[in-house]
Amino acid sequence: MSIDVEQFHQVFFDESEEHLENMEQLLMAIDPASPDSESLNSIFRAAHSIKGGSGIFGFSGLGGLTHVMENLLDKARHGEQLLTTDIINQLLHTTDLLKSILDNYRSGEPINQDEIDKGILALEKTINEDGASSMIAEGSDETFGFFDDVEQSEKMDSDAFGFFDEEESNDETSADDKQSSPDDIGFGLFDEEPSEKETVATNTETVKERKPPSAVAPTVAKKSTSVESKSIRVDTSKVDLLVNLIGELVITQSMLMVQGSSEASDSQEKLQTGLVELERNTRELQEAVMSMRMLPISFVFNRFPRLVRDLADKLEKQVELNIVGGSTEIDKGLIEKLVDPLTHLVRNSIDHGIELPDIRERQGKTAAGAITLSAAQRGGNIVIEISDDGAGLNKEKILEKASENGLSVPANGTDEDIWNLIFAPGFSTAQSVTDISGRGVGMDVVRRNIESIGGRINITSTQGNGSCFSISVPLTLAIVDGMCVASGDQVFVVPLVAIIESIQPDNQQLRSIGNEKLLWVRDRYWPILNLAKRMDIDNAVQSPTDAIIILIESSKKRFGLMVDKLLGQQQVVIKSLEQHYKRVPGAAGATIMGDGHVAIIVDVESLADDINEEIAEKQTNERNVDQKHAV
Amino acid sequence: MSETLTKNMRSEHDVHHDREFLSFVLGEEQYALDIMSVKEIRGYEPVTKIANAPPFIKGVLNLRGDIVPIVDLRIKFDVGEPTYNEFTIVIMLNVLDRIVGIVVDAVSDVITLSEDDIKPPPEFGVAFDTKFLHGLAEVNDAMVIIVNIESLISSESLALFDTSNQGGQE
Repeated sequence: MSIDVEQFHQVFFDESEEHLENMEQLLMAIDPASPDSESLNSIFRAAHSIKGGSGIFGFSGLGGLTHVMENLLDKARHGEQLLTTDIINQLLHTTDLLKSILDNYRSGEPINQDEIDKGILALEKTINEDGASSMIAEGSDETFGFFDDVEQSEKMDSDAFGFFDEEESNDETSADDKQSSPDDIGFGLFDEEPSEKETVATNTETVKERKPPSAVAPTVAKKSTSVESKSIRVDTSKVDLLVNLIGELVITQSMLMVQGSSEASDSQEKLQTGLVELERNTRELQEAVMSMRMLPISFVFNRFPRLVRDLADKLEKQVELNIVGGSTEIDKGLIEKLVDPLTHLVRNSIDHGIELPDIRERQGKTAAGAITLSAAQRGGNIVIEISDDGAGLNKEKILEKASENGLSVPANGTDEDIWNLIFAPGFSTAQSVTDISGRGVGMDVVRRNIESIGGRINITSTQGNGSCFSISVPLTLAIVDGMCVASGDQVFVVPLVAIIESIQPDNQQLRSIGNEKLLWVRDRYWPILNLAKRMDIDNAVQSPTDAIIILIESSKKRFGLMVDKLLGQQQVVIKSLEQHYKRVPGAAGATIMGDGHVAIIVDVESLADDINEEIAEKQTNERNVDQKHAV
Repeated sequence: MSETLTKNMRSEHDVHHDREFLSFVLGEEQYALDIMSVKEIRGYEPVTKIANAPPFIKGVLNLRGDIVPIVDLRIKFDVGEPTYNEFTIVIMLNVLDRIVGIVVDAVSDVITLSEDDIKPPPEFGVAFDTKFLHGLAEVNDAMVIIVNIESLISSESLALFDTSNQGGQE
């Protein structure tokens, strides 16, 4: 039995979280001077749903807070309570508090009752301050007592309407002038309907268009969502299971394909047709299942208006946030991993990028800085850009700081080289360490996080005109377009995104520097990395002229990867090596080929690191030798 | 779940707390491991080599969609000749939520032993790491080495798991 209740708890937590997020977004959008009644109603309904659920499950910590919140919101939507920025801030704080209480309940941690009491007090204070003068304050409190009964017993509904209508007309007479005439019409309409004994469902529509009385709103809202909602809540583990099974199916299908094409019999033609059909169906099925994991990136972006507002307030800056391409879809697993890096970059833009209003005006810019968050799909990648029109990166300061921290500064480095210095661990040019940024743990973590999901980050910046951080991540983590290559008797998969071209070099293109081979192609020298050497393969081709060199571009370096031959391009399902084994250096994962064998997916980023390390090692060795000679 | 269930059921039936072990051969020696950790037994198939892995890790294998590491215990324990032919056996183990395959020369029998039958190994004079040893038992006038498979698989010397500090190693 207890397990069953736990299940409901989980649903309640998920729903409450959604309600809170919804509340936060609506609160952010509200203009205190002329609040939109529909949003106020939605916020009220969200608070009410949480209150109802918490009552059922005995999460009293949530109930108390949401009750007071409800009171405040109810007054606000009846125009009894003037909304001010302070009140909205207080409500936002309360949603934060509710979130932390929710987390506590979820993880089974003890609830901080002090915090809750404080939150309730703060909210009540705002109600009393502004509502004390209002004559109706007490009257409507009674109403609330009555409402609670209404929610529990359907039978009382009609009484409630009667009672409420009276209250409502009272309100109307004493309410301030902000009550506009269309609202009056709304109430007029509504008064008639219950007397005509219309069903609740028809009420819904009127209620949705007009301003609904509070007593009906919560129950109605629930019914209407159940009709409108076209989505169902499914545990992610179930979707993941489906994704895995499809992966298996794809592999089995390609195995059949290999078998079927070698089979020579009378029924060959029929078999072939069936196999082709199967291939198409599996591919469509795969796409459909993969799309189940896709979520619009607005799931990440929507948290930023709040963050920007809070930060801008704190730093006394004016910031406008523009969001572009929020509907771009991206794998759910990636969304979670993008939150931290993006938060960091947005914070950085506000803290370091956007200047104070007076400085901006002196420079002939608008007082309010602009930050643009954009997302767009480009091929198999999603490109996310965070750009601001602030001060831009300061080249001198970065160089100064880098040499201070003992980082190796490239001589005559390009702008790009200098910008990349800020990704070094322990780097920060902020004048003072604030609680927003400046500890210097940030940017290297940002880059590492993004690289861990197979993405890359680039910076463009002009001093005085702002900077732009561009992040490119693959659409999904589950499947990769790869080039299958052979090295010795083993097959490897090289992600297609990293490949520029593949060539079979002739002797004229090969150069030699200190016994190291370089490839002269495309007007530059490419270092050559032998995949067989890196992967411990014995019987691979040794001479570059007999091999194929794949020109690879990673976020860090360009290099040529030497392999025996190309086997063909294929979409492969990425399998984790860590599930039963562990991370393998140089491998981004593994996949299962058509013949059932395992093939390692090459991690080009870490191969590039290897080149760097090798060279660095050689250089230090040489330096040691030099020093010995000097002595 | 089912594992503990069957265990409980068995302990109800057998008051002596007898346990079953799968015995196998490495070189000339008889070894055994708890049969509850055995997932399946299959013939040896070519594996995909893993770069920079210790020699006893032969590589990885596709076990119905799971990519599973294969360890040759003959190399690890330095017994017998690591030959691979049609008689070479891989025991797939299900240990600590992971699947690991071990290569052995042959699988011999399922033996039932009570705790009294299992003798402790001598305290010294044996190079074999006693950490991996559950005990020794005399079966049919021959010694069977009972391996503590969980501690073996999770041991650092086998390096099958990422330990927290070497996770980021590249």
